[in-house]
Amino acid sequence: MELFLARLFDGISSGATYAAIAVALVLIYKATTLINFAQGELAMLGTFVTYVIAVEQGLPVVVSLVLAMVATAVLAAVTERALIRPFDPSNHLPLVIITLGLFLLINALAGMIWGYDPRRFPGIFPADDLYTFGIARLRWYTVGTLVTVVVLLLLLSLLLRKTKIGLAFRAVSSNLESAGLVGVRAGPTLQFGWALAAAVGTLAGVLFVSDPVRQLDPNFAQRVLIFASAAAVLGGLDSLWGALAGGLALGLVESIVVGYVEWIPSQFGLATAVFVLIAVLIIRPEGLFGSKRVERV
Amino acid sequence: MSTSERSVVDGSRPPDGMPLLVLQDVYAAYGPVQVLHGISLEVAHGEVVVVLGANGAGKTTTIRSICGMVTARGSVKVAGEDVVGRRTADVARLGVAHVPQGRGTFADLSVDDNMRLGAYTRKDSGVAADIERWYEAFPVLGERRASAAGNLSGGEQQMLALGRALMSKPKLLLLDEPSLGLAPLVVQSLFERLGTIKAEGGTTMLIVEQNANLALAIADRAYVLEAGTIALSGTAAELQEDDAVRRAYLGY
Repeated sequence: MELFLARLFDGISSGATYAAIAVALVLIYKATTLINFAQGELAMLGTFVTYVIAVEQGLPVVVSLVLAMVATAVLAAVTERALIRPFDPSNHLPLVIITLGLFLLINALAGMIWGYDPRRFPGIFPADDLYTFGIARLRWYTVGTLVTVVVLLLLLSLLLRKTKIGLAFRAVSSNLESAGLVGVRAGPTLQFGWALAAAVGTLAGVLFVSDPVRQLDPNFAQRVLIFASAAAVLGGLDSLWGALAGGLALGLVESIVVGYVEWIPSQFGLATAVFVLIAVLIIRPEGLFGSKRVERV
Repeated sequence: MSTSERSVVDGSRPPDGMPLLVLQDVYAAYGPVQVLHGISLEVAHGEVVVVLGANGAGKTTTIRSICGMVTARGSVKVAGEDVVGRRTADVARLGVAHVPQGRGTFADLSVDDNMRLGAYTRKDSGVAADIERWYEAFPVLGERRASAAGNLSGGEQQMLALGRALMSKPKLLLLDEPSLGLAPLVVQSLFERLGTIKAEGGTTMLIVEQNANLALAIADRAYVLEAGTIALSGTAAELQEDDAVRRAYLGY
């Protein structure tokens, strides 16, 4: 029982962080219908900015996080305007190459400025346990991350469902041509999507390195991006709540299945999770919560 | 005007005053394929004008050249403003609502959201009431307001697309083959609705249509497009009497 609880808490803990980054990927997917390779690096950059403000300038971590979210949102908005908007949005290949280039550029810049030595990140949650049950520790980090992701999703749902810019964003992501016909300007709307995804990415990056067992270095986002992409695809790629479900499912498979199935070596945790992902996609190609393309003519 | 055009009688001139829409010598092409070879047409305030023509004559391209959805040369003026080269969204903001071929609904958005998007450029507070009024006219849309537009039948989607276009309170309504793919009864009720909108006044319409009988019945004037040029123009009544039009488009 204790062992099960320990594995459950572990699974939720890592699952919630996968979900946070998956949410950012879903947002950028809705804005561009492509997986943005630079998304993870923007999150890494935002996490470093948070670190610099908090550790070198001495501001509270949460305040630093908010400042970094604003900064990366502005940077993403400028990037969208300068590097993405000049290109035809229906032609994906040049856009994918641009995001790959951005990925390399941001990564190299971060390495140049901050070096590759891992750093201890001052977590945004208390480092101790909320509750212990034998060897099972329910950490503040686990609960805090999960609650943050749920609150984030509630806020994003409100933003997308109840505001005019949210309506415009969903229109552009549903049908670019018709959005133009009702007077929605695609450029500024997609720019909003980029900014929003970058801010969410920064939050997700900070959540990830807030775990005391993790450290901050310029390459951390690349590892996370693989799990987060898997979580996003599992959830359906265009569903925000699906990203949470996908992230948690992946985290739980990683810790519970691998914990109990003895012939799976523990190093194969994520590989196993990705195989589960493939199995799900064979049965439900649209993912757990993705929208099936419904259209009648 | 192109030299091949013949006017049936002088009634082909639109009513006096500045027309709402003027196309002058418009050329349009998809890549290397030239579709419009210098067409000119006018739609006056409050008029309903129909463009007839066979498949491939350039009817859809004519409408798309107004909305900045195809690269056009020449002059396209909406309420005196030249819109050639403008973005679709900016043309829409001048008061042009376009129901595209295939209806262009936001398939994965709810019926309600589709209607609200129609009113995207409006700043007044009457949007919710206007949506309810449209649902009263088409109760099936009201009943399914929360479901995805893509789940509606073709006819329901066409009524939704028309409702969405009217939500912007457009000065100019462009309809691209509204009857395409719909059952005859549905087409009938669609054109009855268009007749009502015309009778209520205020909405100027340019309709591209293959169903010439129904279209001419509600139109004031019409143009016949052949291979990218205007071959014929006149009042709806005159074209209904014209032998060539009757043979080619009315089927008797």
